[in-house]
Amino acid sequence: MIRITLGAVSKPLESLKIKTGDWGAEYPVIDEEKCIGCGECEIFCPDLCIELVERPESKKEESKKAKKVAKINYNYCKGCGICEVVCPAEAIKMELKEIYKGELK
Amino acid sequence: MMRVVRGFYSVAYSVKLCKPNVICAYPITPQTEIVERLAEMYANGELENCEYVTAESEFGAASILVGASAAGARTFTATCSQGLILMSEVLWNAAGMRLPIVLVNTNRSLSAPLSIWNDHQDSMAMRDAGIIQVYVENNQEVHDMIPQAFKIAEDRRVMLPFMVCMDGYKLTHAYEPVDLLSQELVDSFLPPYDPPIKLTTKNPLTFGSYATPDYYMEFRVAMHNAMERARRVMEEVFREWAEVSGRDWGGHITNSQEAETYVIAMGSLVGLVRDVVEELRKDGKSVGLIKLRTFRPFPAKELRKALKDANKVIIFERSLSLGSEPPVTLDVKSAIQKMDVDVYSLVVGLGGRDVPREVVKRNIEDVLDGKTEPGLHFEAKQFEEVIV
Repeated sequence: MIRITLGAVSKPLESLKIKTGDWGAEYPVIDEEKCIGCGECEIFCPDLCIELVERPESKKEESKKAKKVAKINYNYCKGCGICEVVCPAEAIKMELKEIYKGELK
Repeated sequence: MMRVVRGFYSVAYSVKLCKPNVICAYPITPQTEIVERLAEMYANGELENCEYVTAESEFGAASILVGASAAGARTFTATCSQGLILMSEVLWNAAGMRLPIVLVNTNRSLSAPLSIWNDHQDSMAMRDAGIIQVYVENNQEVHDMIPQAFKIAEDRRVMLPFMVCMDGYKLTHAYEPVDLLSQELVDSFLPPYDPPIKLTTKNPLTFGSYATPDYYMEFRVAMHNAMERARRVMEEVFREWAEVSGRDWGGHITNSQEAETYVIAMGSLVGLVRDVVEELRKDGKSVGLIKLRTFRPFPAKELRKALKDANKVIIFERSLSLGSEPPVTLDVKSAIQKMDVDVYSLVVGLGGRDVPREVVKRNIEDVLDGKTEPGLHFEAKQFEEVIV
């Protein structure tokens, strides 16, 4: 027995329950060394699943790069690849998910 | 109060008495004068607690009503033909969101070729949207149907849009004596809309959310169940209306005559067919009329009952399903499957082609006399198709 609402009405944030992260075949990987923390990917991400976060103190010293770094919420990333295209530092690369790797027989 | 009015006014006046909160429309022939009359009433201050919104298109008009209805408003619009199918994306959504929007469709044909005249192809194209469809015979019936439409659509057991179908021109532009309802009667019959759920700025909600394959199907089945429940609700409301107004329009179908051959008709054609059937009965022919009022939900059970002793049924179709049989024929055949009744589907009056008395009479007589084979027939001219 499942419960459905009249008119498919839902309350705010209920959509968070729907994890769309397994839709895509590819996923973006951020090279934190190359990331300049500009936030282009955050702006362009159509699923609002990229966020600029503070770089950990230790890594800040090491890299001497921007204070912020992009972080991806893979629960909702559909693997569209827009972030890879708009990244001015070429710090994002799309990679094929493990389950899609393998030889065609 | 008996007055001689046009179909437009008959609708507009009835809508006014139902105290809508939001009316939104875009003009299209032959509907425009309905919303013009309502705009006039609004401008004159006769519509209290009501917003009249002019939209940039039918798509916009229907969209505005979706928002208004979700916010708990009683909503009305009128449209037809290209306007209706431009609304169609929104109306499928409105049905899925379970919003009881009431609209009047002034039946008009669809392009191409361009035609502004009457047939039933537009509303039939909306057959599967989850919208209740009732076809009216005259301007009194449409006047009476509006308060019933709101009551049925807004019933918690139903919560679906309701489309009242009236023939363009044949009813909209016609002057007929109409017993205009009183505010007291409508107030006593139709309570204010009490939405089960309401969109407000303090209580943001998503209507018609995304449903994964795990859930989508159940939402659609729930709509089908609501349509099925609507059958009973409509019968209740029809009966209640007969009591309070003193005018009994019958149930989903009306038929009172015993006969071997029945003629099914819808909308404004019913009056003429009734007249012809009466004449043939006086000549001793065993023929009866079935007036099909409700098209969705389709009254299959009622038709089976009505046709249980019949051996022939004639359907006057005002629509087509290109590449198959016309919509009403399909449903009638489905309803009476395994019954020994020959079905004669006679397509008449597309694109406003007049359906004179002689055509109705000849078609019925030819079936009675065995001159017409069962199946699909077009009352059309001989033609040859050429390149320009």
